[in-house]
Amino acid sequence: MPGPVRALVLTAFLLFFAVPVLWLVLAATKTDDQLVHGNPLSFGSWSALRHNWNALTAYQDDAIFLWLRNSAVYSSLALVITLAVTIPAGYALAMTEFRGRRTLLVATLVVMLMPNATLVVPLFLEINAVHLVGSTWSVVLPYSFYPFGVYLTYIYFGTAVPKELLAAARIDGCSEFGAFRRIALPLAAPVIALVGFFSFVANWTNYFLPYVLLPESDQFPVQVGLGTLLSNVPQFNPTAGTLAVQRPELALATLLAITPVLVVFLFSQRFLVTGMLAGATKG
Amino acid sequence: MSILSIRGGRAGGTPTARRAWWPGRAGHGFVAPYVVLLIAFGVVPTGYAIDFAFTDASGRFAGLANFTAAAADFRFASAAAHVALYLLFWLVSLVVLVVGLALLLHNLAARGVGKALRFLYYLPGALAGAASVMVWLFMLDPTVSPAGFLLRAFGLDTFGQVIAPGHLPFVLTAIAFWTGAGGWIVVMYGALNNISPELMEAARIDGAGPWQIARRVQIPLLRKWIVYMVILAFAVGAQLFVEPQLLAQASNGVAGRDYSLNQLSYDFAFQNNDLGTAAAVSVVLLVVTLVVAVVFVVKSGFFDAG
Repeated sequence: MPGPVRALVLTAFLLFFAVPVLWLVLAATKTDDQLVHGNPLSFGSWSALRHNWNALTAYQDDAIFLWLRNSAVYSSLALVITLAVTIPAGYALAMTEFRGRRTLLVATLVVMLMPNATLVVPLFLEINAVHLVGSTWSVVLPYSFYPFGVYLTYIYFGTAVPKELLAAARIDGCSEFGAFRRIALPLAAPVIALVGFFSFVANWTNYFLPYVLLPESDQFPVQVGLGTLLSNVPQFNPTAGTLAVQRPELALATLLAITPVLVVFLFSQRFLVTGMLAGATKG
Repeated sequence: MSILSIRGGRAGGTPTARRAWWPGRAGHGFVAPYVVLLIAFGVVPTGYAIDFAFTDASGRFAGLANFTAAAADFRFASAAAHVALYLLFWLVSLVVLVVGLALLLHNLAARGVGKALRFLYYLPGALAGAASVMVWLFMLDPTVSPAGFLLRAFGLDTFGQVIAPGHLPFVLTAIAFWTGAGGWIVVMYGALNNISPELMEAARIDGAGPWQIARRVQIPLLRKWIVYMVILAFAVGAQLFVEPQLLAQASNGVAGRDYSLNQLSYDFAFQNNDLGTAAAVSVVLLVVTLVVAVVFVVKSGFFDAG
């Protein structure tokens, strides 16, 4: 492809990907009137930003902070449990022999391919049956079940850590747990980071599961909270009552909601490549 | 636990003796928590879905009654068609544009520019889920959108016109592509970097231009990663829920309500209180996506033991 055409294509896609993000950042600094009548890609004012901030935080007495806190609690609890469960499981599948290993591996691959949102309604029925709907654990525990992470860990140990190393440790009198903790775990830093990254991002951005399982507004994660704010924006819902939310406030809330993921993303490009390529190279 | 350790002690106490008494004991210990979660949140919900799908409200076996009830619902066929059409658009655009853009970026001489572009393409991935819908509600509203002139050029003057039901496959594809494509471009770029330079050099010496190298060397070597992308994107796309749900909310139900199968299942369960039919829709979706994924995996030899 000749140079100018290539530059044109790459620039067109740059605009497609980057302008909405830029617009979102700028929208938070405007009044609703500026949003409609001003240049879409202009900066509003600091005072408008402060006004939007005050209006947003005043919504249901700091609801936005409560939602952000909920998201943080759900995602971090799930992150810790995911790592504690996933890393040993992937390690055992790759490095040890036990009855049922193949079955477990196949089950993991099948569940990995199952679209998990399809199971949300059945999951609701199950969690309802044990009376856990509305509890923190009703989202944290399903989040912690992460077969993709087990698969990644399995691949990682299978390709990057020689079995002889563990055999040597066992001969030297290391227990199985000791071999895992002293030999395998220190070597596993890259895959721990990888699984942690994918799990955190997936859970922070999940909408359907908490939407179904957490009925009360004060339990919402911020993603579901955005939906609540949206339904109070008059331009998108003419029946919105006195709690009306202005559009720049919604933009600001969206920015706040994505900040943690954005921070993780700044450091994650490398993880993404190694993780995905590892996932596709060996089975 | 205590019984096990006592027994272990009786068997000799050394690790070797314990291993002989219960082969794979350690492996079982390592996977036990995972197996518990797998059963609780993989096997049981699947079983629940199947159980509900085949029983009526009073718990008696209902044969295929729930499935026929779902299929007879006027919304089912259209929801299935919507998801299929969306998947077609989304997967085709993903394969063509992601591979194309990755190749263009890879051929770029200026490394710094390529790196910056990859990052900026990738950035919207941080807005996955509800956040992306918030952004696109604005992008699709001609009164505030920076691309308002484009929308108006197509004769679309109001938000309602832009998200008319006929436009939704394009709208949903744009949103999904915006959040998801950048990550895959980064991945494909990484895969292209793994192709040995000698191979490319040999093709160049044989007189192949960039276009032929892409078609005969690079794309065939990317095949496995393309299959991988399609499998994962298919699984994600089939469970479409949040985007049409929020679009429906923002358009006061004009567009998007019961648009996808997951929304329909949700409505059966929570609006109609009809758990059997809701579960039947879930089971259909589960079986179809699983079958498609397995066909892809088997045809491509994806999980061949390596």
